[in-house]
Amino acid sequence: MFKSLCEKAFTKALWVYHVNTGACNGCDIEVINVLTPYYDAERFGIKLVGSPRHADVLLVCGPVTRQVAPAVKRLWEAVPAPKLVFAIGSCAAGGGIWFDTYSVLGGADKVLPVDFYVPGCPPRPEAILYGVAVALGLAPKQAAPVYSRQEFLSFLESGKLPEEFAMSPEQAQEAV
Amino acid sequence: MILSKLKEAIICLGAGRVTLPYPFAPHPPAEGFRGKVEVDSEKCIGCGGCANVCTPRCIVVTDPSQDTRVLEFFLERCTYCARCAEVCPEEAITVTEQFETATNDTQDMHIKAEVYMGSCQRCGRCFETSTALDKLMVTGFQGVPESGE
Ligand code: SF4
Ligand code: SF4
Repeated sequence: MFKSLCEKAFTKALWVYHVNTGACNGCDIEVINVLTPYYDAERFGIKLVGSPRHADVLLVCGPVTRQVAPAVKRLWEAVPAPKLVFAIGSCAAGGGIWFDTYSVLGGADKVLPVDFYVPGCPPRPEAILYGVAVALGLAPKQAAPVYSRQEFLSFLESGKLPEEFAMSPEQAQEAV
Repeated sequence: MILSKLKEAIICLGAGRVTLPYPFAPHPPAEGFRGKVEVDSEKCIGCGGCANVCTPRCIVVTDPSQDTRVLEFFLERCTYCARCAEVCPEEAITVTEQFETATNDTQDMHIKAEVYMGSCQRCGRCFETSTALDKLMVTGFQGVPESGE
């Protein structure tokens, strides 16, 4: 019972610790925007704390550089469970333009188990708020993989041309 | 000292409510905002120009068979520069205003588009046909059976 109570209470007051693992500062500024009264993340019980030992959520900005990787791992271990990791920005989500650079390991998911990704370069403050809302179950997830295929390929496979391209044998003779 | 604090309090009261109601009410971005890209595979001619200019190289072009070319977009590392949309000669890539792309799975940020390509009769490699008519000519030479027979 105590455990379920804890789980319920967890989402009511997420204390966040902001980690810069090599970001250009763009995402950091957007994160600060989210905490201003204009966007007011404190409505959702989100509060910035100064130590990972007080935090429930790590907001990771930037690609994980080789130098910072061991420190990030130690930082993650310092956060008491249950914990969440948010990857803010394209660099933290997938490595950004540094995904295969010699000094960069890649996105945050290369060293930490990431729970939520907020892509954007930098993401709008609204996008970060939306990510938090999705994590708290206040909004539905909108992103989905897209698959499209030229109709012509299906025609090729079935061996049937579309009506408007079909020729009668006489027309075909003429064309040749 | 106390007076200045009082003054501050009065200014704050005068400002009223400034907080955005955002997650509960939509807040569309300003004009010219670059969000998630969208690909229209019907318009694409498979030239690969987008993959050539993409800064984080998140567009991968592969040719799995003689007349198919597959464009894969790994948008979790897209920097929203819109260079792909700018360079596309057929305007197959458009920039939408979609910014609510937060997800718990990077698979959700992938786009896959399969495109028909003409293939060279000598070497068998794909090449881009310039018009839809040319495309039909190539299929004609490859002897695709006509419908209605
Ligand atoms: S917007 Fe830029 S980074 Fe994103 S797919 Fe297009 S070229 Fe690549
Ligand atoms: S999307 Fe545009 S630029 Fe990219 S391969 Fe297709 S036609 Fe070329």
